[in-house]
Amino acid sequence: MTKLENFINSFNKTFIVEGRYKLFASGISNTIFIAFFATLMGIAIGLFIALVKTNAKNNRKLFVLDKICSLYVTIIRGTPVVVQLLIMYYVIFVNIDNSILVAILTFGINSGAYVSEIARAGIESVDKGQIEAGMSLGLDRKKTMIYIIFPQALKNILPALGNEFIALLKETSVAGYVPIIDLTKAGDIVRSRTWEPFFPLYSVALFYLVMVVGLTAVQKRLERRLSESDRN
Amino acid sequence: MKKVSVLLIVTMVFALTTGCSSKTTEQPAENTTNQEAAAQAEDNTLVMYTNAEFPPFEYFEGEKIVGVDVDIANEIAKDMGKELVVEHIDFSSIIPAVLNDKADFGAAGMTITPERQEQVDFSISYVESIQHIISKKDAEILDMEGLKGKKIGVQLGTTGDLAISDAVNLPEGDLYNSGAEVKTYKNALEASQDLLAGRVDAVVIDKLPAEEIVNGNEGLKSVVFGAISEAYGICVKKGNGELLNSINSTLQRLLDEGKIAEFIENHSK
Repeated sequence: MTKLENFINSFNKTFIVEGRYKLFASGISNTIFIAFFATLMGIAIGLFIALVKTNAKNNRKLFVLDKICSLYVTIIRGTPVVVQLLIMYYVIFVNIDNSILVAILTFGINSGAYVSEIARAGIESVDKGQIEAGMSLGLDRKKTMIYIIFPQALKNILPALGNEFIALLKETSVAGYVPIIDLTKAGDIVRSRTWEPFFPLYSVALFYLVMVVGLTAVQKRLERRLSESDRN
Repeated sequence: MKKVSVLLIVTMVFALTTGCSSKTTEQPAENTTNQEAAAQAEDNTLVMYTNAEFPPFEYFEGEKIVGVDVDIANEIAKDMGKELVVEHIDFSSIIPAVLNDKADFGAAGMTITPERQEQVDFSISYVESIQHIISKKDAEILDMEGLKGKKIGVQLGTTGDLAISDAVNLPEGDLYNSGAEVKTYKNALEASQDLLAGRVDAVVIDKLPAEEIVNGNEGLKSVVFGAISEAYGICVKKGNGELLNSINSTLQRLLDEGKIAEFIENHSK
């Protein structure tokens, strides 16, 4: 057999036989679905915690909430996401039948811990004088935060945030530990049928690469748009 | 334009690497087998790959992998005058490991199927594998008919998985369009946990692990699944006739002495 015939044969076995491309298609859509909603959840949790943490310094009422947030970040960052997923699926959410929902919750909660630290760093990176400037213009604390601090912080954290989402997308590859057919699991299933590791694994890798390249392009665009107002 | 060329390069690299690597695996290459044999003679070990999540055939006892297949492999190693090394790996990675010479043989309660026989050579069969359906005690799931429209848990890559997936996904399958759904798990235990949690209605798995699971969980029952029955074999790389002969002669001896039934008895308490 020539190389080309080999290639076609492997391609055929991996994608065409028994309609296996459908498996990859549903794997890709599940991976994107999980990553997208986990990202939204991660941003929401992360921003909330960052706000609590930055405001706790001059607001004693937030003391308890601040400690709870610290505990959450410690636990989530201190344990592997696979273990978190297994605990969520087999112990905590054992009554939820929808495994994809459990995965979104797990990855969202996980990502929230990382985003919170990124967002906190972003908020703290904005010069103190900016708050004072806002206040002296007659804005209250909330408005200063929304109109002056946030836009600047967002620009600072965008590269780190993009990094986190790329990591999150790839981290969802462990979703197959529970009965979810994500992209990696789709490759595993095909591999367990064809007994040929190379083609399914390279294909899975290529699909992830394309998704990440797409994400990076979106991130670049965003950064460019946000830097339009820069003075230099 | 730039993006198109980058994509092109990626595709080409991809094509090249795949082309090359599949070539290397498909060459029987006598010299590699010889080298392997020489290497084996030197370090005098016999490497077995298994998936130790399949009691009583292979499971962890503390840090050690034990089970029926390990006992058999020990006998094979003893007959060959070699030292046995057992490695634990994903079930679906065992055959690739054998093809890559990482393992001398794979023994993991593996059913002999034509698809697998295309890739590796199998020993004589040493156990009849009978599939069982595990379900909750009050459920009426006894056969293929009973599985229609149900959520069925299986272990990825096992006989039960292949059979049930085919029945559900192929147009000529018995469960096609019946609303039945397959859920693949890393091991039988996790599948049965989800059975207890009510996320699946039935689990299809080999007889012995099925019995172990039912013994450990009050609310479950297991029945013989008449539709599927196959045999277990040990797999070696194609063309490795010498090793296959040694394995076969040991297996035949163990079968004649009734040792394998004894091993199964020992590991199924």
